[in-house]
Parts: sequence; C-alpha cells; structure tokens
Amino acid sequence: MQGAVEQAQNHLNYLFFPLNSTEPVMSLDRTDVEKIAHLARLGINGQDIPEYAQTLSNIFALVEQMNEVDTHNIIPMAHPLDAVQRLREDCVTETNQRELFQSIAPKTEAGVYLVPQVIE
Amino acid sequence: MEWEVVIGLEIHAQLATKSKIFSGASTQYGAQPNTQACAVDLGFPGVLPVLNQEAVKMAIKFGLAVGAELTPRSVFERKNYFYPDLPKGYQISQFELPVVGKGELTIELEDGTEKVIGITRAHLEEDAGKSMHGNFGGHTGVDLNRAGTPLLEIVSEPDMSSAKEAVAYMKKIHALVRYIDICDGNMQEGSFRCDANVSVRSMGQKELGTRAELKNINSFRNVERGINVEVERQIELLEEGGTVVQETRLYDADKNETRSMRSKEEANDYRYFPDPDLLPLVLEESMIESIRRSLPELPNAKRDRFVQEFKLSDYDATVLTSTRELADYYESALKQAKPSDPKLCANWVTGTLSAALNKADLDITESPVDAAKFAGLLSRIGDNTISGNIAKKVFEALWHGEGDSADTIIEAQGLKQVTDAGAIEAIVDEVIAKCPDQVADYRGGKEQIIGFLVGQVMQASKGKANPAQVNEVLRKKLTS
Repeated sequence: MQGAVEQAQNHLNYLFFPLNSTEPVMSLDRTDVEKIAHLARLGINGQDIPEYAQTLSNIFALVEQMNEVDTHNIIPMAHPLDAVQRLREDCVTETNQRELFQSIAPKTEAGVYLVPQVIE
Repeated sequence: MEWEVVIGLEIHAQLATKSKIFSGASTQYGAQPNTQACAVDLGFPGVLPVLNQEAVKMAIKFGLAVGAELTPRSVFERKNYFYPDLPKGYQISQFELPVVGKGELTIELEDGTEKVIGITRAHLEEDAGKSMHGNFGGHTGVDLNRAGTPLLEIVSEPDMSSAKEAVAYMKKIHALVRYIDICDGNMQEGSFRCDANVSVRSMGQKELGTRAELKNINSFRNVERGINVEVERQIELLEEGGTVVQETRLYDADKNETRSMRSKEEANDYRYFPDPDLLPLVLEESMIESIRRSLPELPNAKRDRFVQEFKLSDYDATVLTSTRELADYYESALKQAKPSDPKLCANWVTGTLSAALNKADLDITESPVDAAKFAGLLSRIGDNTISGNIAKKVFEALWHGEGDSADTIIEAQGLKQVTDAGAIEAIVDEVIAKCPDQVADYRGGKEQIIGFLVGQVMQASKGKANPAQVNEVLRKKLTS
C-alpha cells in the first residue's frame, strides 16, 4: 500500500498548495488570494485580502510543520472505525418530483432549468 | 521531416444500471427533462451519495476482461469546477486510486497483425447533466436527467500511432463492453463517448510532443477523421516553425476541422480531493471471484475458438466475433442447420446477410431473418436442394416475409434444384445446338468459354440446374 500513502501525500500537497507549486508556499500574496477566491467563486472585498492572505499563510505554516512528521507507510485514515463504503442495490427508488424541486428555482421553462447564458 | 503520431484515448462508457451511481433515480434514456433528477442528483443540501453496487461490479467485470490490476481499496474524489450542468460544483470521480488499474487489450490491424494497447486505468464517476444553448431567449437550459448516471472512464496509454489504430482500439472496447454487458454502446444516445489525446513528434524523438485533447468525436468515422485532421494541423504548424499549445479542441465534422475550445488558464485546476461523503471502496475477493466466474467468453477467446473448432479463417472469425450478438447468431444458425457447414454458414452470414443488414441499416438482432430461418436456408443449400444463386432468391423472399421458412418458399415458387441427369442433358443439348460458334471456340482450345455455356444452361433452367452437374455434363458432351 506504499503507493497509496505516497499518493495521499501528493494529495495533501495538492490540497494545501493549489497553485501547482511543488515547493511549500509559506506566504500567499494578493494575487494568490484572488485566484483562490475566483476558483471557489467567492466574492471577497478587496480590503479583506491582506487579512485572508495572512490567515491562509498561517495555515500553510501549520501544514509545513506537519510535513516534518514522517508519515511514510501510514495509510490515510478515512474513518475512525475503519469503516468502508457500503453499497446499495441497483433499484429505482426515486419518483418524479420535478415540480417540487423546481418550485424554488429562479427560472424554468418546459421542465428545463434556465440559467444565465453559458458561452462554450 | 518524418513525423510520428502518438494517440491515447479516453472512453466514457455509460454503465447499464437501472439506477444512478449515487442515487435511486432512474437512468432510463429519453425521459421528460428533469423528471429523473432527484435531490442527490440536484445537489440539495443535506443529501448523501450511496454507491450503486452494480456499477462497482461492472467496473470489476471490465477490469477482469482486460486483465487489469484491481485496486483493493479505491477512493472517490471531488473534481471541482463550475458549470450549470453540474449542480454540486464538483463531479464525484476517482483520481489517485481508480478501481481498475493497468490492463491491456489486443487489437487487430488492417494488415492482419496484432498490437497490444495498454490501458492505464478505468475509474468510476458520475455523468453531468445536459446544457442546451440557443432556444431559451438568452438563457441556457439545463436538463439534469443524465446527472449521476454511472460512467466508466477508460484511459488508454498513448500507444496508438495512427487514426486507424485508434478506431480499431475504440471498436474493440466498444465490442468488449457489450460482450460483458456493462454498456449498451449506443453512440447516438451518448452511452459510449470518446476523447482523443493527439500529439506528433519527429521520428526517433524520445519525449512526447505537446498534445491537444480532441472532443466531439463520437462516432468511429469522426474519430478517424478528427484525428487525421488534427495530426495534419499539428505537423503543418510545427513545420512552419510554430508550437503546439496544450488545449482542448473541438472537432467540427461539417467543416472537417478542429478548433480551440477554451483557453481558460485555470481550466485544469480541478483541485481533486477525497470526497468526505464517501468511504474507500473495498473490493472483497469473494465478489471478484464470483464475477470472474460469471464472465462470458471474451471476443479474442471466441475468435480463437471459431478458428479452431470451425476451421474458419482468422478474418472470418474476427468478423463473426466482432459483436456478441453476431457470434451468437452464427453459432445458433450453424447448430440448427443440417448439414452443419461452418464455412458455408460463415460465408452467408458475412456475405449476403451482412450486406442486407447494412443496406437496411439494421443490427443483427433486428434481422427479419432469424437464426432458425437462416439455418433452414443453409440446410437446403447444404443438401443440394437449391443452388447458391437460387438461395439468394430464397433469402430475399425470407427477408421480405414472403414465407415463414426456406422450405415453404422453395415449394411455393418451385425453386427446387434440378439434379435429374436426363433433364440437364436435354438442356445442355439445346444450348450446344443454339451456340455453335462458342462450341467451336471451346473445341478450338478456348476453354474459358465454358463459363458462357454454363451460364446459358443455367438461364435456360431458370437457375434451377445444379451448376456443378451442368459443368460436368457440358464438358463431357463438348469433348466427346
């Protein structure tokens, strides 16, 4: 399972260093914060950016500290009781509730959800 | 400069489950929009995905069929991007630990040689909904019926070096998923889709060239044309001193060209991470074993058996086993025909029957002449009741429903072959008397004229004379 461990570690890197950087990023600047906000489709106030940059950088510092621990050969824990995925029978259990679901949609037409035009 | 083409394919096969991969909504195709999209598919707050065991079994089936390593503990991850047909803002997929690992598939090339294509991985994921542009007064319409339909994404190694090889591989996967009954393979309905990673490099160069990902090539024909036109574009670009950009390109079949689809710089920033709503998928050895035992005979094994058991040529065996349905039809007809002649049956299935099916654009399962009727026809050819030419007439009649068996048609239309020696001799004499010039030619050494004379006799007998017998009688009379 060594592969799994390494892959999980790569994951952690990916998670905490989303800017495709292999080197640990110790501090984020304004453009990093803007990019992360854009990827997450979060609207943020320009004046708050320095604070976000600081708090996010602090998290990275913590991760940096954790990276010093040797986690080689340790399988990432998915569940404290080592539970695994339960599977369900392949049968149709849901009925059509379109009207109910669409009653809270901003705009629909002929059963179709309408959203602002997406240009391919 | 000499260029080498490098192609890898990503094939999405919709798994033929009744319900979705993470919800109990129906996967039936063609329903009214959004009538099969439940709270899980719509990404409502508080819902949780529960994995469909049938989808898992189908993935295992595929893995076993391509001799792949199965991952004992695979992980579902979130692939994050924003698009209206993906209500959750992420697609549940697999990334680092896919359920099916490395495998391989042998394809046959046109020159009869074989090539092994590596399969990098195959992973389970959910399909997105459908976006519709254009008809909604400045809006985009979204139908989420397809959202959550189980997909097996099959990723190949960049092992193919021409569009033809790519098509051969795609056809092989297409046949395989239908053989093992995990996907209906319907390309019109989008149950079987393909993207191609295409790059070129100068001959002998070790490292791969920059690739473009080709989309919208969802037919065998378009895979071939799309790849060829993309290869041409890349070579032209490089020979002019340009560079290929890594991007997604859309194939336009009408214009037969590819064009850049999007140049969003963060397009591939999917930020995968393990989905906290789903635990690792652990494959029990007992489950794998029971699936292994239930696997049907696979295409290559079936082909080899056809060659051995029925003494068919490689070519015939390959054609007959190209789909499970065709192979079943062949075996069923062969079994019912008396006498049972494998080569005759193969010729008729790959010849007359296939041509008729092609012409009518029908699948073997839709053939108006079923295996039993077909066997009846073969029996009458086999026991010399009718000649091959007359058999074609009988086939036509069966095809058009003019009788419910070959026998009734032969009887009703008086097509029984004339094998009575006296009757044949009489016709032969008649023809010899009518064609003195040709007879003289034959006797003068122009032996090939016999074909003409046989034809005359056949015509005079309305096709009912036994051609071999005619030939014999003619030769005897002409040399006497």
